[in-house]
Amino acid sequence: MTETSLSHPIVEPATGRAPLQLLAVCIGIAALVAAPMFFYPIFVMKILCFALFASAFNLLLGYTGLLSFGHAAFFGGAAYVTAHAAKVWGFPPELAVVAGVSSAIVIGAVIGFLAIRRQGIYFAMITLALSQMFYFFCLQAPFTGGEDGIQGVPRGKLFGLIDLGQTMNMYYFVLGVFLLGIFAIWRIVNSPFGAILKSIRENETRAISLGLSVNAYKLSAFVMSAAIAGLAGSTKALIFQFATLTDVTWQMSGEVILMTLMGGIGTLLGPVVGAGLVVTLQNVLATSEFPVTVITGATFMLCVLAFRRGIVGEFEAAIDRWKRR
Amino acid sequence: MPFKSTILAAATSALLAATPALAEPYRLGVLTDMSGMNFDLAGQGSVVAAQMAVEDFGGKLLGEPVEVIVGDHQNKPDVGSTLARRWIDEQNVKAIVDVPTSSVAMAVQEITRNADVAFLVSTAGSSDLTGKACSPTTAQWTWDTYALANGTGRAITEEGGKKWYFVTVDYTFGHALERDTSEAVLAAGGEVVGTVRHPRETTDFSSYLLQAQSSGADVVALANSSGDTMTALKQAAEYGITASGQRIAGMLLFLSDVHAVGLETAQGLTLTTGFYWDLDDETRAWSKRFGERMNGKMPTMVHAGVYSSVMNYLKAAEAAGSVSGKAAIDKMRTMDINDFFARNARLREDGRMVHDMYLVQVKKPEESKGPWDYYKVIRTIPGDQAFRPLDKSECPLVKK
Repeated sequence: MTETSLSHPIVEPATGRAPLQLLAVCIGIAALVAAPMFFYPIFVMKILCFALFASAFNLLLGYTGLLSFGHAAFFGGAAYVTAHAAKVWGFPPELAVVAGVSSAIVIGAVIGFLAIRRQGIYFAMITLALSQMFYFFCLQAPFTGGEDGIQGVPRGKLFGLIDLGQTMNMYYFVLGVFLLGIFAIWRIVNSPFGAILKSIRENETRAISLGLSVNAYKLSAFVMSAAIAGLAGSTKALIFQFATLTDVTWQMSGEVILMTLMGGIGTLLGPVVGAGLVVTLQNVLATSEFPVTVITGATFMLCVLAFRRGIVGEFEAAIDRWKRR
Repeated sequence: MPFKSTILAAATSALLAATPALAEPYRLGVLTDMSGMNFDLAGQGSVVAAQMAVEDFGGKLLGEPVEVIVGDHQNKPDVGSTLARRWIDEQNVKAIVDVPTSSVAMAVQEITRNADVAFLVSTAGSSDLTGKACSPTTAQWTWDTYALANGTGRAITEEGGKKWYFVTVDYTFGHALERDTSEAVLAAGGEVVGTVRHPRETTDFSSYLLQAQSSGADVVALANSSGDTMTALKQAAEYGITASGQRIAGMLLFLSDVHAVGLETAQGLTLTTGFYWDLDDETRAWSKRFGERMNGKMPTMVHAGVYSSVMNYLKAAEAAGSVSGKAAIDKMRTMDINDFFARNARLREDGRMVHDMYLVQVKKPEESKGPWDYYKVIRTIPGDQAFRPLDKSECPLVKK
């Protein structure tokens, strides 16, 4: 595997870039801390949730090269479990989220175990089929409330102290979860484990010939991605105080692919930008005269035709070109 | 320059004092589906109906202007709920209207309950909105699954359709429709000879319909909705179920659905509706005005319900002297509700607006005299018989 074939070198060269990147990260976090003063907090929370979801998906597609078409099962499944745990079992929010993430891990392990045996389109179809099975399970299972969903989920008190019913408390909780999730992804990607994932993406046969047990690595990556997607779903259930069928439909799996592709596959920031764009379009167009689906579709086509690497991907490529001159 | 600064100070204080008067107008938010499957039955028509009601009321509530704003929730509960909260927090929205798709309506109901904002439900038909989940600020105006199932079940059985066969979509919604209908059928002296369950979004109904056809039932009941009902209807027409003497009952159908499949396919179908445009002079007059703004489309029961609910809300808020959701809805309970849509009507303590419903049959193509002439009314179902009685209600607001 050659370094030049990767958009990201595995080992960051220790140059003068590091402080600059640190500065950029600090500015980004500061902007997120201040964001609710300028934008509607629930809207920003929603973007953070979907950004985390898309980043989890990108861990699998961008860094391992597996296109899953069933990520809604983890996202929505965790949302249902969190909502049920908080509402019916009376769990505090932190335990409800843990329950949600655990369920996503279990579902991820089962679906992943079956799906990684095949590659490419077959892999995508198996994940789609299994997540559709999960959708029909949610449609019929009594605890999900069918079409109505689980509604009126209490946000509760974090660690028994912080009242998440207050919008700002909830916001900083969500921001914390988001940063934790993104940090986890960054850590996974920039570790020896992440390097192996990328080698599998680049040339699976060669990775096998090097003596790596590729399937174990793929399954681990799949489960990690499912867990972080579950974390996003659990948080969403607490933000909106409901869990519904929308989160487990195949359209949701499609939406997260859309976000990731538009933002840029295999870049850390791409899915965040893509999620922000799609969610903003949905919300802004909701009160306009334009049909939402048409505009979102047109934007997607524009991205695929004009920015093949996605918004962030193109941006990074442009910087690279500029540096080489 | 003391004089100049005095003027400046006076101007500033006048401006500050004037700020509250410059406050935003009262707004009514029509939260509906402008791009998906509910567009024809609610969508633009609901917006037009709400605007008509505000205009007819005079455009002012408690001396302040009233505006209608529109949101497209895309059938996503998170989009709908974000929009509803934002409207209430930032845009002075005092009532949220329509809201198709029960998961979105349920989410909005929780928000309006906590924010003391009126929730005027027209399209959403889940009977839980006024059952388990009922709220003191909600009025469910037009229909619910119980009324359609129960109304159709009872009326057809009394008309002589004694043996029933159910084709039911296999999840909570379908099960509830089937349960409510069978209860009414049994109570009216009929019997259920069989049931078959099909998955959601089925494309091939042939095996289910053949079973229904050979069951010897008088009535084949379609306990499903939208796409499934349409597909089942088309295939039932191909198998000649109506032609062979069995009657098809639709548990959940709107005028726009009949318009979409056409009379050739839908003829003979029996269903319950909360409104039909061609009932009498009053309904025709309103529907004509509606049609002029909608390229000649006639209103569904949902559209008429939106107009009626908004009009009555405005009257109630004016009479109560308050835009608090609870005050306005409470006032509505004591008010006389009577217009072209709501006949013999009253708003119950669980939020259910009880009014006369109609059992109708879809006309044969040769009986239809013109565009949108689709239904013949078989009988009027009095509100007390159509809706779930209060003593069976699971609503915690009902005192027993």
